[in-house]
Amino acid sequence: MSTERFTPLHEEHVALGASMTAFGGWQMPLRYGSDLAEHNAVRSAAGLFDLSHMGEITVTGTGAGAALDYALVGWLSTLEVGRARYSMIAQEDGAVIDDLVVYRTGETEFLVVANAGNADVVFGELVERVRNFTAEVIFTSPETALIAVQGPLAEGIVTALASPETAAAIAGLKYYAITTAVVAGLDVLVARTGYTGEDGFELFVPGGQAVELWRALLAQGAPVGLVPAGLSCRDSLRLEAGMPLYGHELDLTTTPYEAGLGRVVRLDKTGPDGEPLAFVGRAALASRKGSEPARVLVGLKVDGRRPARAGYPVAFDATKLDLVIGHVTSGAPSPTLGYPIALAYVTPEVSAVGTRLAVDVRGRGEAVEVVELPFYRRARS
Amino acid sequence: MSNTPSNTPSNFPADLTYTVEHEWLTDGSPATIGITWTAQDALGDIVYLELPAVGTQLTAGSVIGEVESTKSVSELFSPVSGTVVEINSAAVDSPELLNSDPYGAGWLIKVDVTEVGPVLSAQEYEAKVGF
Repeated sequence: MSTERFTPLHEEHVALGASMTAFGGWQMPLRYGSDLAEHNAVRSAAGLFDLSHMGEITVTGTGAGAALDYALVGWLSTLEVGRARYSMIAQEDGAVIDDLVVYRTGETEFLVVANAGNADVVFGELVERVRNFTAEVIFTSPETALIAVQGPLAEGIVTALASPETAAAIAGLKYYAITTAVVAGLDVLVARTGYTGEDGFELFVPGGQAVELWRALLAQGAPVGLVPAGLSCRDSLRLEAGMPLYGHELDLTTTPYEAGLGRVVRLDKTGPDGEPLAFVGRAALASRKGSEPARVLVGLKVDGRRPARAGYPVAFDATKLDLVIGHVTSGAPSPTLGYPIALAYVTPEVSAVGTRLAVDVRGRGEAVEVVELPFYRRARS
Repeated sequence: MSNTPSNTPSNFPADLTYTVEHEWLTDGSPATIGITWTAQDALGDIVYLELPAVGTQLTAGSVIGEVESTKSVSELFSPVSGTVVEINSAAVDSPELLNSDPYGAGWLIKVDVTEVGPVLSAQEYEAKVGF
């Protein structure tokens, strides 16, 4: 095991009284006070997140787009400059190595953001996979900090700190788009992306300037209700939004199809001559696409108050808990909805919305119902 | 609340005794039992509480219920043997009382005690949880 790492904002977290936790090889803030209060602040005002544990990798060169078309399941060469796309990197057998957000920051430059715990593996795979392309892969994560401002008031907070020229660019940024900007006097990359189900921004900044940016955002946002927010509420926010977490809904035993994310696999990607493009995992994923998966990811609403947690068995009903037809991958009480919710893999025949099932919550069956995903969708203006 | 400085004396009231399972109890009988400040701080926001019914016979060290937070679940162990004479239904309805007032309004049960299991003094407990 490698030694635990600290983000450039570690001292800020300690000074704010955060409870720290180990996550993906990093010491990260779990919560600063009440995780429910942090969750609710993100839904109603804004939350400030340190995401510097995430793994930034740049892929540059005239062949960078083609290299990513080969290395990932998506069709990244078609991504417009200034836009972002959710994608995955798969093994030859179609299993998901990691889920990623890929930003096109220039005609010949892409920024790939991997999960903290997978960053080293993803970097190694990308280096291997781009060998035959005119592209260079650089692990920029060590010198990059990532700070997210998420919530309905995020735009006002970030633009208030932006230079006049770049404030308009930030305000006009579409969802899943990225731009260079000056925020709090610092040159940053600002993306309208996130993992909370709310509007919001993610700001990439050199590690040495992270504290300055963090403090400026906190000072600007605090009067309107922005609070520092830890990984605990990040998890409950993403769960309500129905977003997968690697290691829970996605892992090396899962293909994108089972996770309901088959849309990210672009079997239709073609080269300039119209020929199908080769990519790692294509053959396995093409055959998986045609067959019904053995299990599918569903959303569960718990009738009672006892949350179904990750790993708990799913059964047909509470009186036959030994007839296991699936497992919970993530589960928690939903602060926004007021009842426990869970994601679970179940056999396809019990995956229809409205199906009544049970979860074995420490030996006692709790009635649940399959519900639409996401659990929570923000009202769009 | 969780951001109270963790080493203030009020986190370990001297008039209570404690267990290694992070419960507290009052002296004598019936004894009032609850979870400690340290326990609620480690759990985070508590959202669900399950307690034994009035009349339940308890054995010291046995599981008597569960307390669940947004992030985790923890079993409750009885520090004493005896009979449950009262439960805090306000805490069942509003489990956040365990966070806001673990030694007061967030008490769990009252028990007619026949035998007390292994307990620690406030000082011993404070040393144990390591501040």
